[in-house]
Amino acid sequence: MKIIYILTLVPFIGILGFLPFVNRIEPYVLGMPFNMFWMAMWVVLTSVILGIMYKLDPRNREGDQE
Amino acid sequence: MNISLLIILGFLLLSIFLGIRSSKGKDMNLEQWTVGGRGFGAIFVFLLMAGEIYTTFSFLGGSGWAYGKGAPALYVLIYITLSYVLSYWLLPEIWKYAKENSLMSQSDFFVSKYKSPSLGILAALVGVVSMIPVIVVQLKGLGIIVSEASYGAISMSTAVWMGAISLTIYVMISGIHGSVWTAVIKDIMMIVIIGFLGIYLPIHYFGGFQPMFEAVNAAKPGFLKLPEQGLSVSWFISTVILLVFGFYMWPQVFSAVYSARSGKVFRKNAIISPLYTLMLLFVFFVGFTAILKVPGLVGADADLSLLRLSIETFDPWFIGIIGGAGMLTALVPGSMLLMSVATLLAKNVYKEFAPTVSDRNVVRLAKFLVPVIALIAVYFTLNGGETMSALILMGYSLITQLFPSLLFSLKKTNTINKYGAIAGIICGLAIVTYITLSHSTIGTMFPSLPQAAKDLNVGIIALAVNFFVMITVSLAFRKLSVQLDSAK
Repeated sequence: MKIIYILTLVPFIGILGFLPFVNRIEPYVLGMPFNMFWMAMWVVLTSVILGIMYKLDPRNREGDQE
Repeated sequence: MNISLLIILGFLLLSIFLGIRSSKGKDMNLEQWTVGGRGFGAIFVFLLMAGEIYTTFSFLGGSGWAYGKGAPALYVLIYITLSYVLSYWLLPEIWKYAKENSLMSQSDFFVSKYKSPSLGILAALVGVVSMIPVIVVQLKGLGIIVSEASYGAISMSTAVWMGAISLTIYVMISGIHGSVWTAVIKDIMMIVIIGFLGIYLPIHYFGGFQPMFEAVNAAKPGFLKLPEQGLSVSWFISTVILLVFGFYMWPQVFSAVYSARSGKVFRKNAIISPLYTLMLLFVFFVGFTAILKVPGLVGADADLSLLRLSIETFDPWFIGIIGGAGMLTALVPGSMLLMSVATLLAKNVYKEFAPTVSDRNVVRLAKFLVPVIALIAVYFTLNGGETMSALILMGYSLITQLFPSLLFSLKKTNTINKYGAIAGIICGLAIVTYITLSHSTIGTMFPSLPQAAKDLNVGIIALAVNFFVMITVSLAFRKLSVQLDSAK
């Protein structure tokens, strides 16, 4: 259960915590300025992290009645 | 009437037709009309909630901010994504409590948690006041789409009136069931069109994404970075946090939560929902492309950039398709918002004062209120010159004031009592109102602070005061509320 709570914070740190360091235009990645790419990458990672949380969370193994 | 308008009209008629069909043969009592009988599965709830999130604001306002402000527009992408992380924990709790207590609205939630009808009325009024700017955004969107697609034949104000009338008819006929079916069509169209525009336009005009961004960067140095001051890094972080707290406080989002079949639905939806926000990147690409191709749109006119660029590029029939999709992005959330405001006023304000009124009469009053609210929104639409983004941020500053007392109410033993909750919300609202009317920023109020603190979103101050007052008053009244409870 503990690790799920930590995972919850990871996207916030990755996007907002790192923002002062990634607020730059170069290098361009996938055609996007670096800050935009960084955020897009974290949107995808957030989805992955939520998927891991879902798998680890014992509540989701029970039926629909919860 | 030109071909673009004809196509848009076709979409309007189709969505009204779907609304009529889906409501036929069902007994439309209050629960049916507002929470869809609590029978929606994962896909429907997802579409319903996405339908409210991807509004005409993201369609026109997102590109408008990319056009007018540059990199700070990315906040839209981030606050939605991070809100889904919050939703994983928050929504199943809300759903479960609502289901156990057969709640129907957000104010029922506050009434039940805090045993206070007054807090319920207050929460309903906060909802109403916060939603008006968001309804204004939808009407502005409808107005922009219709007047631009008419190539100037229909003025903006006439278009706003037409939009308000269509919206009213649509809501009165269909309620929530109409929204769901139209949401399906809308989301598919939105993905296809935004994806197409976001890829085609930069390639067509610049040969690719990177050449487009390089050209923008050369023409406007620093535009693709968060600036050192103003909409800076600290503005971005504080705004995102404020919006994440407010995201699920909207009364209509609350009622969409109730319509789910199980709590698991939300945890499952949370996984795929962030990917859905990536579509906003394409909206930004359109806005950035427009900077060099349709320059000169200043202030609130920046919201026109997507359509202006499309008109420069495509034939009228395609403008009709874009306009039709855009109209649906206003109609779906707009209908939800109008219905929520009407229901809140009828059920959670009026009925509290006149408890003997029958449910049938409450529904009747709610339906009567729909055009009245639409009229009020038309007034503000025609008399305000704000960008969509500014309106949305104003609505959020207001609605976020419900977050502290809601959060505490989810704890097993709530240290906050109704006095603290009410006092906190009222102080928060007073500060937002003052800030909005006086156009203050933290910089103007506290000029000696460092730049990073000056750039913080002013909504944070209101939220902090709300939080502080809520706790102080709760502690001060703890004794009193214990005495009152034991006296009962």
